[in-house]
Amino acid sequence: MPSTLPETELHNPQTTKTPLDPHLKALENEAIHIFREVAAEFDKPVMLYSVGKDSSVLLHLARKAFYPGRVPFPLLHVNTGWKFAEMIAFRNDIVKKYDLDFIEHINPRGAAENVTPFTHGSALFTDIMKTEGLRQALDAGGFDAAFGGARRDEEASRAKERIYSFRTPEHRWDPRAQRPELWNIYNGMIRKGESVRAFPLSNWTEVDIWRYIQVEDIPLVPLYYAKERPYVERDGMMILAEDPRLELLPGETVKHGSIRFRTLGDFPLTGAIPSEATNLEEVIAELEIATVSERQGRAIDRDQSGSMEKKKREGYF
Amino acid sequence: MTVSATAQAVEAPTGTITAFPAVDAARLPRDTRPLRLITCGSVDDGKSTLIGRLLWDTKAVKEDQAATLRRDSGKQNDLGLPDFALLLDGLQAEREQGITIDVAYRYFATDKRSFIVADTPGHEQYTRNMATGASTADLAILLVDARTGLLEQTRRHATIASLMGIKQFVLAVNKFDLVDYDRARFDQISHQFRELALSLGVRQITAIPMSALKGENVVYDGKASMPWYDGQTLVEVLELATVRSAQTVGFRLPVQRVSRPGESFRGYQGTVAGGSVKPGDSVVILPSGMVANVTKIITFDLVRNAAVTGDAITLVLDRQVDVSRGDMIVSIDSQPQVGLDFDAQLVALQSEGIQPGRRYWLKSGSRRQRVTANPFSQLDLKTGSWNQRTGLLPMNGIGKVHLSFDENAVFDAYEQNRTTGAFILIDPDTNNTVAGGMITAKRSSLTGFRSDETRVVLSLPADLADQLMATELFSRRRDETDLLRMTAGEASQIFKDAAVDI
Repeated sequence: MPSTLPETELHNPQTTKTPLDPHLKALENEAIHIFREVAAEFDKPVMLYSVGKDSSVLLHLARKAFYPGRVPFPLLHVNTGWKFAEMIAFRNDIVKKYDLDFIEHINPRGAAENVTPFTHGSALFTDIMKTEGLRQALDAGGFDAAFGGARRDEEASRAKERIYSFRTPEHRWDPRAQRPELWNIYNGMIRKGESVRAFPLSNWTEVDIWRYIQVEDIPLVPLYYAKERPYVERDGMMILAEDPRLELLPGETVKHGSIRFRTLGDFPLTGAIPSEATNLEEVIAELEIATVSERQGRAIDRDQSGSMEKKKREGYF
Repeated sequence: MTVSATAQAVEAPTGTITAFPAVDAARLPRDTRPLRLITCGSVDDGKSTLIGRLLWDTKAVKEDQAATLRRDSGKQNDLGLPDFALLLDGLQAEREQGITIDVAYRYFATDKRSFIVADTPGHEQYTRNMATGASTADLAILLVDARTGLLEQTRRHATIASLMGIKQFVLAVNKFDLVDYDRARFDQISHQFRELALSLGVRQITAIPMSALKGENVVYDGKASMPWYDGQTLVEVLELATVRSAQTVGFRLPVQRVSRPGESFRGYQGTVAGGSVKPGDSVVILPSGMVANVTKIITFDLVRNAAVTGDAITLVLDRQVDVSRGDMIVSIDSQPQVGLDFDAQLVALQSEGIQPGRRYWLKSGSRRQRVTANPFSQLDLKTGSWNQRTGLLPMNGIGKVHLSFDENAVFDAYEQNRTTGAFILIDPDTNNTVAGGMITAKRSSLTGFRSDETRVVLSLPADLADQLMATELFSRRRDETDLLRMTAGEASQIFKDAAVDI
């Protein structure tokens, strides 16, 4: 058996690159192990790709896991129609650059019923466009496993999530009936219609994500870096004022300032922070003194305590 | 009172803070992988307070999370800190009922290391949850209330932890403020615990007097209250603890998938589960027994000249051999056991228990195969003794079982390798994970001797045997042969013993 690498597939070895420290290496190894296990055990996996920093790390790890082969499953972006324009442009570049199979889904109810974050409120909007949209896309594709970039340190109910998170045919998560998960042995046995959500980044923390992006030089949507941008203040959040669909309420004015985002979602629901961090090192330096968690900028988590758990039970990833 | 002021107030009287945890601790490069630990104890022992204290004093809790806590609880403890238990109980039902349902994982870091805590409930279904949390842990913290000392449950927790292969114990003698920081009390409890741990074969033991509520000897020291204690704080012990590693020297690669991106390339992908490998090494593919040599170790970043335990790699061999998912590639000179019958210890995880004679799926590494498990002994957690008992192994029971396979299975003893010696059982009807298990030994060292067929026993030099095994004729009928590697002296002893058996 010839054992040469197919030259066309050969990635450029970056031998000069700073090697990962043992901590990040262990996290990387674990994630790659999970990717390979799911890809081997399930008939039709898909990777949920939200274009954010965690998704970017997830994609990087997927490419590592299957190298020198291609990523053997498609990426699925459940779009709401309200993402930041820069996210969509970045996403399209990445798909092309890495030769990825890509699926985009927007819940048709959004356009048909004119569902917007302004008219329906963040809770209902998210329920329809994200949770319901995700269920539609997974059903349409017949996917039996979906990778997600969720981390256990993000939110209290996530801390109890398994790495293989079992879902009923209705995509429901039952925290009381989770399968025990011992060692690194994952139970991927399911019946037709059932599925698992697989979380390779379960044991990563926010700082791990940033350090890994730095060491691995992973490209990110520029919104993560501070720049002079227009914004309005609403409900204590700084909302980017670039999209013409954002209508100013009485008393609101567009301000300008150096801002960036710690987390990216739908622009009307994602708050920016004032920042001067224009590159990765400065972003990480800012984390040192960050006294609020990254999800603070997310309206979706703030609806009520336990709201993430509720959304997850209904099929949110 | 502000949060930081509280922390200051706790530390100020000591005046001996040497390692104030840097706020940016987590971003420093790490020279070790995260330490995984499990906390054992009940709510009454102050377990939630201890974990909350660890997260709080290492700045793992952010302000908005604390604000949510305050909003939800509307009350604070007498030090002005939020109710830590609420921080930990993430699910709605838990907050409503004041219970902890399941294993949760917590993350915190100091400037030296990062930590993953498996937080398991101390009462309900504790065996099942503890076994789950302990399966990946390097170290166990056993928590006792200084007023009550060691309880029956301390023995239970210690027994389960040691059974799951944890070799390092920390005894947290908590609520020490409530016994007036009495040194004699501490000496008494830690002495009792040492005896308990030693009886379980655990030799790395540290006992610490602490008050999790006041933050003494957790992250900051408690010299102000306990000037006589000159030992380490909990975090100092954790920073210096060792991460578990495989004991076997032999290379192990459970094959997860075969990568064939093009006609000319075939690589075997998996995570090294023991030992190390380098190009040029001779390896055996199990269970087929075929032999090959390693030509390349490939990762995304570079073609490597070696890989060690824990590395996720793609291995390329020098010849076309039949390798598929579930096979194990191992070093030729230190091989795991291959056979149809093994002994193991099991923890039953579901209400149906483990039923004798029932067929389950067994998954170990990347291999899944059919097995029957017959319990023959059960552990009495109260006394720590094993009792002969066949029949159903009930939920939360820990038992010894005979495993019988339809096809050859490949294992190391769990003592030697916590990856290739571990497995789960899956119920074929419900698809649920019903047991976690650890291989203790292969049963019968002479599987080749069966009464119903003619067999020839050959004794050959090892190199000649390897060459024979590499032939096509041999590999085609590998399933029909039994192979035992041993010195001539060991062989003659076995034949002497076997002569008696046969």
